Amino acid sequence: MSFFAITRATLEKDIRLEWRSKDAVNAMLFFALLVVVIFSFAFDPTAEESRRIAGGLIWVAFLFAAVVALNQTWARELRNQVLDAYRVSPAPANPLFLAKALGNFIFVAILEALMTPLFIVFFKLRALGETWDLLPIALLGTWALVVNGTFFAAMSLRTRSREIMLPLLLFPISVPALLGMVNATSAVLSGEYSPRVWIALLLAYDVVFTIACLYLFETVLEAE
Amino acid sequence: MKRGISILAVVTALLLSLALYEALIGAPTERTMGDVQRIFYYHVPSAWTAFLLFLINFIASIVYLIRRNPKTDILALVSAEVGVVFCTVVIVTGPIWARPVWGIWWAAGDIRLTTTLVLWLIYISYLVLRRFSTSGQTPVIAAVLAIFGALDVPLVYFSIWFFRTQHPSPVIGGGGSLDPRMAHVLLINWAAFLCLAWLVSWTRYRLEVVKREVEEAQALESLLEGSR
Amino acid sequence: MNSMHYLYAAYIATWAIHGTYLVILARKYKKVRREMESLRK
Repeated sequence: MSFFAITRATLEKDIRLEWRSKDAVNAMLFFALLVVVIFSFAFDPTAEESRRIAGGLIWVAFLFAAVVALNQTWARELRNQVLDAYRVSPAPANPLFLAKALGNFIFVAILEALMTPLFIVFFKLRALGETWDLLPIALLGTWALVVNGTFFAAMSLRTRSREIMLPLLLFPISVPALLGMVNATSAVLSGEYSPRVWIALLLAYDVVFTIACLYLFETVLEAE
Repeated sequence: MKRGISILAVVTALLLSLALYEALIGAPTERTMGDVQRIFYYHVPSAWTAFLLFLINFIASIVYLIRRNPKTDILALVSAEVGVVFCTVVIVTGPIWARPVWGIWWAAGDIRLTTTLVLWLIYISYLVLRRFSTSGQTPVIAAVLAIFGALDVPLVYFSIWFFRTQHPSPVIGGGGSLDPRMAHVLLINWAAFLCLAWLVSWTRYRLEVVKREVEEAQALESLLEGSR
Repeated sequence: MNSMHYLYAAYIATWAIHGTYLVILARKYKKVRREMESLRK
């Protein structure tokens, strides 16, 4: 089977399995609502300052959502010894990684799509800049978190305190991407300056680390 | 080997003493900042040393992934640990210097200090990974993380640089030309700290070699015990 | 002369950090020594 065929097959299987348990979907909905409500308690939505830092708030919320999704990335594979099978077989493991990353991406994107209108309502957000710019920012930013997160989740499999290890590894490396996401979003919300350079940074970050992850995934897998 | 370390220890002690004298007394007092500026003689060489050590770690990590020589892995571990120590010095002395000069402890746009902070965080996570990993192949995973960290550094630098163009803030340490007498003192301190780094790394390296031999022996012994 | 306090603080902090690391190394060394002794028995 070709690379993309395997990727698609794995991805479809994952989606099917998640969708079958409707619990996951409901839990996601409630999680999205909860996060926004908590943030609206923590940061007074009527205050002028809150609107100015809304870009940062939203991405911190998305970061939480991403970590929750990422921590269970490999749970099913671990339970069924899938990783051992990949280690033994001559088949490349990259399609597996890509499928997992894409699966996480879809999961987190759905959470973001649920949280965004809630944020807009709670914080009375209006984009003074080009609203359409928010789409590449969201896509590139989410991918930045998810691609490295899926990779670090694999690296953390044989560690104590696995759930804490993942964010511990992910956050420092994600600093440039986080700066990019937050500042680009603030740029669009405030309309004061162009997010273009930040979007370019996010793109560069995504390209560099997607290549790095694909190149080094086998190494990490063998090492588990 | 033992003789080498002893000589290095003596040289280091002498250099550090000389460097300290020069930094506190020998160097001329800076016009604008006054004597506080002398922190510069500890802050900057520590940064250079930390970056050098992290560079060594990066190279050792790549070489390890290719050759898988355990000694290379020990070099990677040691350079990361000592690098973190020196990096901590940079992050601590930076704000101590900034406070009296600029009135603030930290400027988010200070590109050098913020990049150093992120580098410090990355390497702390590297050391935590090493400590918490239960895999038999920890060196490989750590090496991969080191590579990710290295790939990240230019991105970090650029992102903070661009952030600064939009949020101008004071730069701790300043730029500009350096009085040749100050440059002289700076270099002496750098030489002294390099020797210290070399001495500490060498000691740590030998310690790790012995530690791993002991661990192997212990593992062997428990194996033999089991089969008895 | 308040700024002198910062100067001393910075230098002392530097040596405190290096010193702490050396103490950690000394402890590790003692531990390895002990383990070596117990192996020899």
